[in-house]
Amino acid sequence: MITLYVPCDSAALAAGADDVVDALHQHADKRGVAIDVQRNSSRGLFWLEPLVEVLTPQGRVAYGPVSADDVASLFEAGFLNGGAHALALGLTDQIPYLAKQQRLTFARMGITRPLSLDDYAAHGGWVGLKNAVAMDPAAVVQQVLDSGLRGRGGAAFPAGIKWRTVLGTTSAQKYVVCNADEGDSGTFSDRMTMEGDPYMLIEGMAIAGLAVGATLGYIYIRSEYPHAIATMNTAIALAESAGFLGDNVLGSGKAFRIEVRKAAGAYVCGEETAMLESIEGKRGIVRAKPPLPALQGLFGQPTVINNVITLASVPIIMAKGAGFYKDFGMGRSTGTLPFQITGNVLQGGLVERAFGLSLRELLFDFGGGSRSGRPIKAVQVGGPLGAYVPESQWDVPLDYEAYAAMGAVVGHGGIVVHDDTANMASLARYAMEFCALESCGKCTPCRIGSTRGMETIDRIGTAANKEQQVHLLRDLCDTMLHGSLCAMGGMTPYPVLSALNHYPADFGLEAKAVSSA
Amino acid sequence: MNKPLASPELLLVRQLLTNHQSQPGGLLPLLHAVQDALGFIPANAVPLIAEGMNLSRAEVHGVITYYHFFRSTPPGQHVVQVCRAEACRACGSEELWAQAQSLLGCGAHETSADGKFSLEPVYCLGLCASSPAVQIDDKLHARMTEAKFSAVVAKLGSAA
Repeated sequence: MITLYVPCDSAALAAGADDVVDALHQHADKRGVAIDVQRNSSRGLFWLEPLVEVLTPQGRVAYGPVSADDVASLFEAGFLNGGAHALALGLTDQIPYLAKQQRLTFARMGITRPLSLDDYAAHGGWVGLKNAVAMDPAAVVQQVLDSGLRGRGGAAFPAGIKWRTVLGTTSAQKYVVCNADEGDSGTFSDRMTMEGDPYMLIEGMAIAGLAVGATLGYIYIRSEYPHAIATMNTAIALAESAGFLGDNVLGSGKAFRIEVRKAAGAYVCGEETAMLESIEGKRGIVRAKPPLPALQGLFGQPTVINNVITLASVPIIMAKGAGFYKDFGMGRSTGTLPFQITGNVLQGGLVERAFGLSLRELLFDFGGGSRSGRPIKAVQVGGPLGAYVPESQWDVPLDYEAYAAMGAVVGHGGIVVHDDTANMASLARYAMEFCALESCGKCTPCRIGSTRGMETIDRIGTAANKEQQVHLLRDLCDTMLHGSLCAMGGMTPYPVLSALNHYPADFGLEAKAVSSA
Repeated sequence: MNKPLASPELLLVRQLLTNHQSQPGGLLPLLHAVQDALGFIPANAVPLIAEGMNLSRAEVHGVITYYHFFRSTPPGQHVVQVCRAEACRACGSEELWAQAQSLLGCGAHETSADGKFSLEPVYCLGLCASSPAVQIDDKLHARMTEAKFSAVVAKLGSAA
């Protein structure tokens, strides 16, 4: 019996992984060879999906991207013994894209089967939770504080401070809410985690629950992620029957349960207070802060709200210690970030590295340049509300503070690559259009400003008094930036202004006209 | 539009209500359950849902219309979702979107005259490293091309 691995991640399925599995079985039957095809998570090397791995005495050998039509020739080439083939990639672990990474949170990704409790335990799972059960809650919170872990959803607020605030409250009911409303284009690390390593998120949430005294957790998952919802629901049921969740988490005498809530396609529900409203069964309208959700959050009770990757980073911190985690990264950006290289790039995928590497390394050493073969013109870092970063800034280290200093954001590490056919004025207009479409409507700068912004960008293209229109757009962006209730309106100016500042020609402007306006 | 709900559907909404009436913040899970079962949320179910959840009809209507995912009209036989977000735009999704409109003969949030296809824009399917992405019914397609899209649509369109 030869063991094969074909991922069940959405991105592999979208590339035809199920057809490949069918073809593998058909050809194996025809040849009378016994194969055992395991469905693992994805390594995150998406240009190679579907990636087929064969377990050999030397380790796993990879072939990709495999289509159903390639399967016959793979058998002929003796791929079951690691035979040579045009799609052969050698030992998976030695693929440079993977070998150059520092996988802490994504260590199991592509190796284990997502729903196997045995696989999870065999690869370091539950160690963090076991340690947390044996510790005083305040000591757990201190570990998270000491690790320097900051919110991976984009805002980069220190996770430990939120936890300490909730721990310090007295309430009959506290909650842990996981924000899995990963609506930003250019991101998929939350999706990969939920589909590929769901117990890691469950473990992180359980640790959070024990640490702050919450007995109920919610995972708010976008409706666009049906596979993630299904996997998380099954994983929660299996973890509960194995005693990792429930009335008595690992014999601690403390209860913690998790419920999945399916979102319904409103982008702004990724904003934490809009998400709380949505979980409460209402329209996802942003709440004014204060009160902070840590004091009055879900159903008015103290609530820890963290993003998927933030919570998923906690198990390794609790397993290996705050010091281990803190040794990665630079300055106040400690640990690693799963960067997601997407858009017009040759080798799109997930790259987990410590903070401090440069965009240029990601674009070329990992990404291999544009997919179209044309020069890369602009790179949007940090999602639809992040700035477009021009080539002159590609050597700045990816660090929260360094990016903030140049008016950009690292955010969740989503990186969208555009080649030189991109029109930056139309992308700026799209940013305003998207804000108009998705604004919750509560505050005026976002609700009205986005529509006026679209109109103004249109006029820059057509009107005679371009410079006045540019002045108007800057003024409007200033109002949105400082007057919006949340990041939706408050950060839409980032892509707009960065496009205007760095690519004036696309707006039909001379560089001089932009800077003087 | 205003014809009363057929009794089996009415019964079903009532049944689903009992699952979610006591659930904290149960309105969204209930609406999902109704849409999963019926394909959309009929206007005539709204008073029933409002009464069962102890909410006003305006509140229920507000929630249904706030969220893009909830439909108040039945979808076509096949729902085609084309991602129009940045990572897909960088790889030609706008051309794909234009093609989808002309091929299916309907615009955003519309259903083709023969009732076969509904077209929906979607903002991110999480397949940004293999863009452009399209979802047709439950099936995801990465690195979609105009030729591939035509072939998939032709296959679905010719099936009864």
